[in-house]
Amino acid sequence: MALGNRHLLGLEGVSAEDITVLLDTAESLVEVSRREVKKLPALRGKTVINFFVENSTRTRTSFEIAAKRLSADAISISSSSSSMAKGETFEDTARNLAAMSPDCIVVRHPASGAARFLAGVVDCSIINAGDGSHEHPTQALLDLLTIRQRKKCAWKDLVVTIVGDIVHSRVARSNLFGLRTLGATVRLAGPPTLLPEEFREFGAELYYDIGSAVQDADVIMMLRIQHERMASNYFPTLNEYARYFCLNAEKVARAKPDVIILHPGPINRGIEISSEVADGPYSVIMSQVANGVALRMALLYQLIIPGADGIRGSALVEPAVTAAPGRARIE
Amino acid sequence: MAVEVLDSDGIRRALTRIAHEIVERNDGVKGLALVGIHTCGVPLARRIAEAIARIEGTEPPVGAIDITLYRDDAGRLGATAHMEPSDIPFDLQERKVVLVDDVLYTGRTIRAALDALIDFGRPAAVQLAVLIDRGHRELPIRADYVGKNVPTSRSQKVRVELGEHGERDAVWIEEAANGTR
Repeated sequence: MALGNRHLLGLEGVSAEDITVLLDTAESLVEVSRREVKKLPALRGKTVINFFVENSTRTRTSFEIAAKRLSADAISISSSSSSMAKGETFEDTARNLAAMSPDCIVVRHPASGAARFLAGVVDCSIINAGDGSHEHPTQALLDLLTIRQRKKCAWKDLVVTIVGDIVHSRVARSNLFGLRTLGATVRLAGPPTLLPEEFREFGAELYYDIGSAVQDADVIMMLRIQHERMASNYFPTLNEYARYFCLNAEKVARAKPDVIILHPGPINRGIEISSEVADGPYSVIMSQVANGVALRMALLYQLIIPGADGIRGSALVEPAVTAAPGRARIE
Repeated sequence: MAVEVLDSDGIRRALTRIAHEIVERNDGVKGLALVGIHTCGVPLARRIAEAIARIEGTEPPVGAIDITLYRDDAGRLGATAHMEPSDIPFDLQERKVVLVDDVLYTGRTIRAALDALIDFGRPAAVQLAVLIDRGHRELPIRADYVGKNVPTSRSQKVRVELGEHGERDAVWIEEAANGTR
């Protein structure tokens, strides 16, 4: 490739222009899912490996479908079914996969920084499908696409409230970077133990009370309470968390009348979001999932086919490295 | 240096003549549909459909397809940021479809368009209408309806400007350093 390998490791440092190109490309691919023949020949003869060292239904299936709809050969492997179960290291497994000459490896890993590490080890494009509590850029991009489809105003006029376990959430971090780059106002809300002060440095407004955080919001993004990433107790009980932070109809009523509610899934019903709200008229959760396929098709196309006037490789090759707040607390 | 080969009256007359030829060849508008190829083919297809409506009193349905991801030279030309959604708002089954594009050159766009179209269903027949045929085919493809044959050299560039894109209707031939349109 003329531009060298191009990666999407995170949204930090990715320009508004590149984000917009990806959203525009995805927008034109949304209709493919409604066709009788859901297949385009663009990536014929290309190989995409989904390397998932952490469990996932949505993201892995979405990447697999996206690759197949573009005619790429896609295979998925998980750590439990790979030689990592026999004690092979992540790096050795990755080198072996790379030796089979894939064009792209999509990686999910419980350790923050795993995608960047992989990009330095192997010689193909890397897409970060979630690394620990660092970033989950494709989730944020599909959220941005879903917001843009429903909200016709400029990004700078949008107020987006993200509620929940901010410190452990790679989804919150990627959305924060993307939304701030595009110019939206971002409010973060959660109990103080899950919402470190350092997030102010990224241009977010912090709220410890969900009611005032959702007041007049255009978009509410609920995060999953991640039991598996909680090494110690951040709040007394799940019940107490739910009493203060569960998004119910009463709280939704304080937002703008045309508010939309996003959730990256999987949902803990009755903990961070009530069933009434999750299945209600403001919820766009299923659109997020549908948009995920189009967005990932757009990304695979833009990364694997060297760009003439597509996204500029540079920003995605080496985004600026800064330590995200909160990482030290969990490692 | 740019030479104007069609002005707005010329484009209007060419599209009107194509509309008449389509109606004549297909015995009216029954079962007929037009599909424009993004970007310039789409407004041209709409104009031809309007001209057919003036002749026959019925306007055939118009669809649009984007062929970016069907091109055989995607790897050579590179990824593009400019894609449009395809939209075929009718059943292709048993339809006679007229594909519409602005310039017919190597034929590779049309080959890709045929692939794209067939992914939406199986039309009864496919015909091709182009505003300009500039020659230099690389595939066995020819147009059924041609607005104007314009002999060119490969180093030249054919530029189509349309009112729908905020320009005055015109077709220009330019000398270009690289010979792609």
